[in-house]
Amino acid sequence: MTRKNSITQARTHVTRNEDLIFERSSPGKSGVDLPALDVPAADPKEWLGEEFYREDVDGFPEVSETEVIRHFTRLSTWNYGIDTGLYPLGSCTMKYNPRINEVVARLDGLATDHPYAPESLVQGCLRVLAETARCLKEITGMDAISLQPAAGAQGELTGLLLIRACLDDRDRRRKYILIPDSAHGTNPASVTMAGYEVRNLKSNAQGCVDLVELDHAMTEDVAGLMLTNPNTLGIFETQIREICEIVHAKGGLVYMDGANMNALVGVARPGEFGVDVMHLNLHKTFSTPHGGGGPGSGPVAVKQLLEPYLPTPMVEESPEGAYRLNYDRPKSIGRVRAFCGNFGMAVRALAYILAYGPEGLRQATEDAVLNANYIIHQLQDAYELPYQAPIMHEGVFSDRKQAARGVRTGDIAKRLIDYGFHPYTTAFPLIVPGAMMIEPTESAGRAEMDAFIDAMRAIAVEVEEEPDLVRKAPHTTRVTRLDEATAARKPILCWKPSGEAAEGKAKS
Amino acid sequence: MYPQEFLYTKEHEWVRVDGTTATIGITDHAQKELGDIVFIELPKVGTHVTAKESFGTVESVKAVSDVYSPVNGPVSAVNTKLVNHPEMLNTDPHGDAWLIQVEPIDRRETEDLMTAEEYEAYLEAGASH
Repeated sequence: MTRKNSITQARTHVTRNEDLIFERSSPGKSGVDLPALDVPAADPKEWLGEEFYREDVDGFPEVSETEVIRHFTRLSTWNYGIDTGLYPLGSCTMKYNPRINEVVARLDGLATDHPYAPESLVQGCLRVLAETARCLKEITGMDAISLQPAAGAQGELTGLLLIRACLDDRDRRRKYILIPDSAHGTNPASVTMAGYEVRNLKSNAQGCVDLVELDHAMTEDVAGLMLTNPNTLGIFETQIREICEIVHAKGGLVYMDGANMNALVGVARPGEFGVDVMHLNLHKTFSTPHGGGGPGSGPVAVKQLLEPYLPTPMVEESPEGAYRLNYDRPKSIGRVRAFCGNFGMAVRALAYILAYGPEGLRQATEDAVLNANYIIHQLQDAYELPYQAPIMHEGVFSDRKQAARGVRTGDIAKRLIDYGFHPYTTAFPLIVPGAMMIEPTESAGRAEMDAFIDAMRAIAVEVEEEPDLVRKAPHTTRVTRLDEATAARKPILCWKPSGEAAEGKAKS
Repeated sequence: MYPQEFLYTKEHEWVRVDGTTATIGITDHAQKELGDIVFIELPKVGTHVTAKESFGTVESVKAVSDVYSPVNGPVSAVNTKLVNHPEMLNTDPHGDAWLIQVEPIDRRETEDLMTAEEYEAYLEAGASH
């Protein structure tokens, strides 16, 4: 006889939180069972020296092998990643990381070569760097490129230092960099670190750079303009040529933040619309891992006038076809990162570029733009679209309609987790109150986008009918509504046995 | 809601002038827009602050914002209590959570600032934040 089973779905401890491995410790437990010693015992004090010997190691968890494996395996199932589902985190271009990239990056000659190996033995690796540089120059329309910066923000700093080196050489020290109010938060930080002061530019009603405002702000004291195109609203600056001309006319240079290059690859080249220096994010546009330690990679591409200042070394090819690293660059700003940057990321980006080819890259861009427009179109009656200009690869809603019911962008984002999606980007860009920034990338298929759209529309209905449901979301997670403020005000960064004072037994 | 004895800036700072001493803080509207404040960076006593220029930063769980001085002059006091209790800015922005005092100042420089009524009208009109 069978009985109806009340369990309809089995998952790993769906509501139970996981103790830290330290909290699972019980004294004397061990993950290994070594055979009896069959050689004479050595005295570690004698071999290592008294000063290196410790009687005990405090605070190490004592657990069995099974416990270790289950603990970490369970934790690994809690991830939400691009391999799990749609990751519409606007501005981050969370596209699929093709497996072929990983296969190529693990090839013996690429994965195991030592950065200090003589040039004659690593010609292949140097060629990978040279080829990656060649492809990225072609894609951006720029004249030279350094693959050294480790990520976007370091690319920004490097680019600004290039501007400073060039302008200091040319005439006198200039003081300011102009930044539109829709910019990424890293831009003003990079400007400050490069020794400039930020001057903000107010966007016009279309969310773009206001030419009159720019003309007024662009004085002889201004070193340049730092611009994202398309901007953080996903809108292409159609007057980009005029913008660059205004800056150039006063002797300034134009920096383009390449965060949104996924809308341009194969379609438009920044080098052709007047940009002097820009960075790329290989971990966004060129499908290398993003987040979770990446690592990132933020190559900086420049026009000829900035080439002498690029970081050392630069990979060069001799007429005979041999590759070498050139350190002899007297005007260089110097090194910004060890060796040639995150080499493994160049390998992956090159694999991506070559696998797609020019037509494929263009198609990826067009699909990314199509996908973003599809989602934004399907949601614009449920959520307010503050800027009506045509969008490119991402779009930004405002939570204004929902805020009237006491539900904000962060609440809707948390409710999306209940529907099985990673949230969009909340509260950025700052020029949109209660921003909800959505970027599906070309990786999302129609069915997946429809599921996301359904979820967003369902949440909009919930906001009207049962706002508390959204305000208290997520409901399906192990923990909910963590106290972010106290975590930031009084951070606890190190586990201590319970009951111990914060100063505790911190011996080592 | 907004104290009559304060003057206000478009960047949502308030200033209270007693003789030649100016006490400066951020408004209730500013703390609400920022959300839970987690970190505050203030100048040292003796630093010269310049009107309309940033003298410190306020960081919330959402954003980092500059704080602009409504007046010119040397910093004569800093509210060091805030450094360990940034949450005071959320609970008492117009009182105990003042940021700095500047002394001496030229009173005439404060003539362009908004009164409480003007500031409230400015907020009504949908001030940019």
